[in-house]
Amino acid sequence: MPREDASLPACHLCLCAPGMLRRPVLNLASLWKRSVVLTSCQNKSVMARELHTRRLEGVDKNIWVEFTQMAAEYKVVNLGQGFPDFSPPSFIREAFCNAINGGVSMHQYTRAFGHPPLVKILAKFFGRIVGREIDAMEDFLIAVGAYQALFCTFQALLNEGDEVIIVEPFFDCYQPMVMMGGGTPVYIPLKPRKSTGPGLSSADWVLCPEELASKFSPRTKAIVINTPNNPLGKVFQRDELQMIADLCIKHDIICISDEVYEWLTYDGSQHIKIASLPGMWERTVTIGSAGKTFSATGWKVGWAMGPGHIIKHLKTVHQNSVYHCATAAQEAVAVGFQKEYDTFGTEESYFKQLPAQLHTKRLRLAECLRSVGLEPIMPQGGYFMITDISDLKVDLNDPSTKDEPYDFRFVKWLIKEKGLATIPVSGFYSPEHRGDFQNYIRFCFVKEDSTLKAAEDILRQWRVKQSNF
Amino acid sequence: MNITHMLRSCRSLCCFLETNPTRKFFSTQFNMTSNKHKNANRIEGLDKNVWVALTSVAADPSVVNLGQGYPDIPPPSYVKEGLAQAVMVDRLNQYTRGFGHPSLVKALSQVYGKVYGRQIDPFKEILVTVGGYGSLFSTMQGLVEEGDEVIIIEPFFDCYVPMVRMAGAKPVLIPLRLKSGKKSDISSADWILDQEELASKFNSKTKAIIINTPNNPIGKVFTRNELQAIADLCIKHDTLCFSDEVYEWLVYKGHEHVKIATLPGMWDRTITISSAGKTFSVTGWKLGWSIGPEHLVKHLQTVMQNTLYTCPTPLQEAVAQGLLRDYELMGQPECYFSSLAEELEGKRDRMVTILKQAGMNPVVPEGGYFIIADVTALNQDLSHMEGDEPYDYKFIRWMIKEKKLAAIPVTAFCGEESIKHFEKYIRLCFIKQDSTLDAAETILKNWSKA
Repeated sequence: MPREDASLPACHLCLCAPGMLRRPVLNLASLWKRSVVLTSCQNKSVMARELHTRRLEGVDKNIWVEFTQMAAEYKVVNLGQGFPDFSPPSFIREAFCNAINGGVSMHQYTRAFGHPPLVKILAKFFGRIVGREIDAMEDFLIAVGAYQALFCTFQALLNEGDEVIIVEPFFDCYQPMVMMGGGTPVYIPLKPRKSTGPGLSSADWVLCPEELASKFSPRTKAIVINTPNNPLGKVFQRDELQMIADLCIKHDIICISDEVYEWLTYDGSQHIKIASLPGMWERTVTIGSAGKTFSATGWKVGWAMGPGHIIKHLKTVHQNSVYHCATAAQEAVAVGFQKEYDTFGTEESYFKQLPAQLHTKRLRLAECLRSVGLEPIMPQGGYFMITDISDLKVDLNDPSTKDEPYDFRFVKWLIKEKGLATIPVSGFYSPEHRGDFQNYIRFCFVKEDSTLKAAEDILRQWRVKQSNF
Repeated sequence: MNITHMLRSCRSLCCFLETNPTRKFFSTQFNMTSNKHKNANRIEGLDKNVWVALTSVAADPSVVNLGQGYPDIPPPSYVKEGLAQAVMVDRLNQYTRGFGHPSLVKALSQVYGKVYGRQIDPFKEILVTVGGYGSLFSTMQGLVEEGDEVIIIEPFFDCYVPMVRMAGAKPVLIPLRLKSGKKSDISSADWILDQEELASKFNSKTKAIIINTPNNPIGKVFTRNELQAIADLCIKHDTLCFSDEVYEWLVYKGHEHVKIATLPGMWDRTITISSAGKTFSVTGWKLGWSIGPEHLVKHLQTVMQNTLYTCPTPLQEAVAQGLLRDYELMGQPECYFSSLAEELEGKRDRMVTILKQAGMNPVVPEGGYFIIADVTALNQDLSHMEGDEPYDYKFIRWMIKEKKLAAIPVTAFCGEESIKHFEKYIRLCFIKQDSTLDAAETILKNWSKA
């Protein structure tokens, strides 16, 4: 049916849209959507299309969009989304202000793959850590946050049908990004070791080696690990990383290592870069974040670091998607890293000061949660702490959430009824396993003491009320 | 668009414009690692980019750079101050709303509500992106896919074709053509589309047409009638329209920027793209936005939440403050949107004069900050130059080496079949301070001297 024939009524045009007839496989969702178009266009004099592309199938929901909106609507004490409510350190804010006043070039395009002063200092800084010479121009891509670095990685490497192993619980964007890249996620959960009871430290949550090995197939393209892990806080030990590395080498796959919380380890836990293990540099893309490093999440400067022959593909995606990142922010981060390079390991280093501050806040939050009868899982690293809420008996009584997982319902109730924002942990699990992890919620403790106190007050008052019944 | 042509042109341009011969531009070293680590199909052939090569040329301080399109004039001071103030507010250094910082989308809703003459919902009909470039990408990924065709008007900003290809779709090109009989005093208005040719490009697979007004590189400002003709075809064939209007405020006397989305029947099918970088002379801030109906913008928002999630907060706050200030001044000479255009008109006129002095034949742009010039009359013999790339690439190489002046070859903005129409043209950027234009004038005045 020729669509050029404008004498046909508009709704007839949409019914006969060749796209609908052309595609041999239509899933139910798109059939439903097209029937909705048919109905709605009968009411319009000009038919405008209802459209979405197949790459967006199933990736339209987003936990952050949902919960940041709720946190904004209700007056809450916000221990939900992972950002500090204190300011970045003054030396880095000054660096940004200096960049703003630093001449015309600071406000115009810089090098597409990364502002030269930034990539040069990152190459120096991380070269010293991993013990190899890293090429600033070839081995780095600066991106709009670690988020965009991840996007470039998946888009650069995945073809339809490639499998990507994802360790659960995972930062939620890995799954839709794999899907948007045409890939198939294959999940493997961290599980509490039976021998040490309920697993009250993130160290107790481990991968089963046999189970992990079974997830590799000829279609496996990559594995994604996140250490320190969000939301659990696990810091993978050397032998755990070695086990993963052995499998990567055996199956010749790429390791994507999300290390945005790399400086935030506690109680003597050490962050280890899997890229520094033998045979791993040439197959690892390491993701980093200035936002998490310098407590400036709103600057959205991140990077992918790896061997040039892989990074060059990320660069191709980047130059065809956003092309450049903001110049002045990159300049400021470069200045910050130069300072940290010079003070590394000393008391003046922010990379030492921040984890020391957060260590105390972490203990404080854990203590508070225990005092109200909850059992938090003590994180070895990162911004977050999760706790089991099964023992809390509440009447959620909210019909609008009745079809959602228990933790989603609980978190929404906690926001509306108690004014405390957290994040439901089942959002960090695959659809297949979500049902088994509906009883945990995630708290962010990278907050001012006054915020933590306000949260404590809410929880204690609630506990008092409960015990009075 | 013939990808072989694009690769060939880019490769030769890259080779000869590189100032650092030791820097590896393409991997000539043998890749010892696995085939499994090769690039995904979606980016096959998209690795070369003319700007990536040319930024390295700009680094040579002895060359007067009228090539890449960014200002060397400072941005307005209140915009810089706005950013410095934003950085001092704690919460403005942390994540903001993913689809656009509230104060920015509200300011955009105000400014564009006035421009469009309609109420624009700041949360559902606007998406803030990483530059106009990021808006183009979100639009393509959100709305274009395999099996689709997308009509692109030549000469086009070069990213349109690779973005369409990355989305799996087919670019269909149609050139602007110089009206016959025009030999001198040519304006960008003399470059027009053949209506029958345009109509023939639409078919059942056409998903969208991309228009760019004011156009880069020619500077054409599409008239209401020209836009109406395009709109008629969009409505007839039920296609979308992606309107790249990043130079929307830079329109010179006697011409009017018309938004195709304001024509009847077009709001529901148009995504309009704008840029803070071009609006406030801060290309390095990389902020832009898409405006359109909710049922289209929501798909761009889905792309955003799965690609980079949110744009930098302090930069968005500063742009919001800048927009609100200029909103109050709209229609008055102090409004930056008009004062910048006035400043640039003087620079444009100066460029026209000095290009003529060198014996070139400029096309006077109605808008934007580029000017193209026909170099045919110079009769520059380049037969000694090796390689089979188009004349303009060779001319640029020769000009950089012999005249120390950089420009961009216009065939970088067209497909293979149109090379013969554009290969005698070079593009120069005139949003430059007077000292830069002085230096260019000296070179052009002395052109014919040995």
